[in-house]
Amino acid sequence: MNALLDPLAQYFSLPFVRNAVVVGVMIAVSASLLGVPLVLRRFSLLGDGLSHVAFGAMAVAAVVGLTNDMPLILAITIACAIVLLRAGRGARTGGDAAIAMMSAGALAVGYLLMNLFPRSGNVSGDVCTTLFGSVSILTLSPADVATCAILSALVILCFVFFHHRIFAVTFDEEFAAATGVGVRAQNLWAAVLIAIVIVLSMRLVGALLISALVVFPALSAMRLWRSFRAVVWGAAGVSAGCAVIGLLISILCGTPVGATIVAADIACFGLACALGALRRRT
Amino acid sequence: MNNDVLLACQDLSVGYGGHAVAEGITLAIHPGEYWCVAGANGSGKSTLLRTMLGLLAPIAGAVTHGRELRGGDIGFLPQRSDVPRDFPASVAEVVESGLVAGAGWRPFWRRAERERARAMMARMGISDLAWRSFRALSGGQQQRALLARALCAARRMLFLDEPVAGLDADATREMYELVRQLNQEDGVAVVMVSHDLDTAGREASHVLRLAGTDSRCDAHADAAHAHGGHGATRPLYCGAVGPLHPPPRHASHAHDHAHDDGGAR
Repeated sequence: MNALLDPLAQYFSLPFVRNAVVVGVMIAVSASLLGVPLVLRRFSLLGDGLSHVAFGAMAVAAVVGLTNDMPLILAITIACAIVLLRAGRGARTGGDAAIAMMSAGALAVGYLLMNLFPRSGNVSGDVCTTLFGSVSILTLSPADVATCAILSALVILCFVFFHHRIFAVTFDEEFAAATGVGVRAQNLWAAVLIAIVIVLSMRLVGALLISALVVFPALSAMRLWRSFRAVVWGAAGVSAGCAVIGLLISILCGTPVGATIVAADIACFGLACALGALRRRT
Repeated sequence: MNNDVLLACQDLSVGYGGHAVAEGITLAIHPGEYWCVAGANGSGKSTLLRTMLGLLAPIAGAVTHGRELRGGDIGFLPQRSDVPRDFPASVAEVVESGLVAGAGWRPFWRRAERERARAMMARMGISDLAWRSFRALSGGQQQRALLARALCAARRMLFLDEPVAGLDADATREMYELVRQLNQEDGVAVVMVSHDLDTAGREASHVLRLAGTDSRCDAHADAAHAHGGHGATRPLYCGAVGPLHPPPRHASHAHDHAHDDGGAR
């Protein structure tokens, strides 16, 4: 046991490892909270689409030569999130088609730009890092940690304070609109929050694996709990646990951070399915 | 507009995608009134209801809300809910979601609001189901929970879209009884879309018959007063057939009922 705990204790004496765990858990919690309404409203692929958009935006920022690419990436991703959530209702191009279009388009354009205007000699390495995440979570600056903390706190507070509204709009948007709940305003701030969380989580797991952070905890929690409140907070707990386990394993075994966290989420989903099936039988 | 008008339609045309299915609707709904909207399939009953609720934009004309009508005053029972099979929600959560519009951006319920939700569940006889999963309920129980949600929201007006479709005879009678109670004892104005003109027409104080775009309907409040006065038991039929009693399209009604029964099985 000591053989396992000693190196861990050593790692945790390093500030950048502690930062990585704190930021990782915060991002995982935010993504899973927002994931519950997205999955229930059949917008599971929104996270995927938006992460590709963010990838495209990152390539654009690199080509233009911005040193701080965050504002541009955020602006483009937020704009796309708003368009996609609007498109879900009564647009000429249906919601899933719009997401597929934007997702594939942004990926292609981003890759094209990275090839036309390479930042370094190793284009495929750059692309791989952006798509699948990297060790960049271990090189976070204090400002990064602070930004992450503030935004995650914002997401969590939204779910604490507007729980009833979020439920009402997710469960039956039409009833909510008919009775006078401000559905449009709520969809707007939801889109903004989702875009922010996705841009943030790109650092952790990379663009391709963000969907997993959004979707898996929600699906696991839906197997285990029956009320909306329990599923929302259960998903947050499941996601935090998987993030910690995934980070520890990746530190100890030297596996890629993002993929390891997602693997932990997959294992957890399998476990939740088994438990759910067991409970239904008894 | 009169001060006590809750909701008014002026020369309203309703429809989808720029194509009107019902035209020239002018009416004013006052507190305590009970309106039945009738007509054949495709005559625009539900479309009118959805336009009144602001879910659809009018093709022409306007819907105006009374000055006193605020968020948290209007309840709505949709025709059928498209709640996904896997949606995790307790019955209490569903019923309480009817309180959201009235609570504004306040994050937690007041004690009075909790009481209201509890009272509505008791009224619908689903108090013991409060912590059950919504998706595990039978169709009839789900309908009751959704009506309890609508009642939570309906402080002044209640809109019902085919509330008895798919209910058996006993449940249908109970539903009418409940709506009557709400209308007469609590003074909530009711707008009900119904195929069942025989019963709904007897219950209502006003009947609006839609007959498609080939006729203009002139059921406004003044006509209602002229035909029997406010709250009169004698219903007013209007539209293409004018103030006549028997619904002209018996065949289509019979067909609709058969269809509803089929849906219930």
